[in-house]
Amino acid sequence: MKQHDVKQRVLVLYLNTSALDAEVLAWSNYDGTGKTDPTTGDSDEPPYKTGVDALKDGWRLFQASQLIPPYPGHEYDTSFLKHEFWFEKLE
Amino acid sequence: MARFVANGFHRLDAIVPAELNERAIPEFDAGQQPGVAYGTPLKRAFPEGSIPRALLDLPAVAGALRSLVGSDPTVDHHHTHVREPHEGGAQPLHGDAIIDTRIDAFDIQLMYYPQKVTVDMGGTLSVPGSHLRRTNESDTGRYQNLRGQTRLTCPPGTVVLLHHGIWHGGRRNDSDIRRYMFKIRFNPTAPQVRTWDVSDLDDPAVARELSVFHPWSEHATSRLEIYNRIKMWRALTGDTSFDIDYWATRVANRPGRA
Repeated sequence: MKQHDVKQRVLVLYLNTSALDAEVLAWSNYDGTGKTDPTTGDSDEPPYKTGVDALKDGWRLFQASQLIPPYPGHEYDTSFLKHEFWFEKLE
Repeated sequence: MARFVANGFHRLDAIVPAELNERAIPEFDAGQQPGVAYGTPLKRAFPEGSIPRALLDLPAVAGALRSLVGSDPTVDHHHTHVREPHEGGAQPLHGDAIIDTRIDAFDIQLMYYPQKVTVDMGGTLSVPGSHLRRTNESDTGRYQNLRGQTRLTCPPGTVVLLHHGIWHGGRRNDSDIRRYMFKIRFNPTAPQVRTWDVSDLDDPAVARELSVFHPWSEHATSRLEIYNRIKMWRALTGDTSFDIDYWATRVANRPGRA
């Protein structure tokens, strides 16, 4: 396969804890091959049970959320999903 | 009310009579409802005989609204949202307006669906229990799907009342049918304290409702959600000692300190 023919598929998983083998709570897909057209609210069932299950299926992890302590005075605030893991497949 | 505090919405299925639903759709096709200036008292906002007035005069809708925002709310704005057939895109997941950190006051967004909504018509996506998460507008657009999300399907004449902070978005309409949703945002004008039937405040079901864990929310953060609901419940009831399983009392206990 020529380098310029390689396309990236991206899977983002949001896990229950900072551990990669924790269960999937939320998910997003972006498809650089153009074969599929994923979008907001298109499925109710996660593609994998845990982050490690995605690895077992050939997804390569390339980024994970850092563990950042809360800002002083905002320890009880809730905001974005905390445990975000980015995976890719090249096709 | 405890369920609303935990979930951020109250749903009334098929509450609007067929006659009103049938009137609404051609009016929505014709364009937006007449404008209302920001902050107009609800009682003066919509003329007699109009669709919004008839909708808001329904006893179940009026009662739910009074319980949530009190008896004299103002209208913030309204808008008719249309998702066209096969339009190709969904809205990013978002909260309306801008980040809004109020815990002791909240606006209500009424969403009215005059027609039957099936799953392929792109009914509103919403995330139960997301309303206390502090995020700004579409910064949550990266999130496509969450466990426990609601992809709205409903019978004609359904009304959903939402806390201002709830994460939501219009889904892609993959059907051949135009989909309508009429939205009105309401602002309270008086403290939202004991604005509903409070005869059952001591019922153990209150704490049970406020303690729900949502499937999309991290286990650790879900404990913080309960802590924040305790703070909201204290504000809504005026009961500053209310607690569940000692969550709020424990971390405020500093013996001998002011």
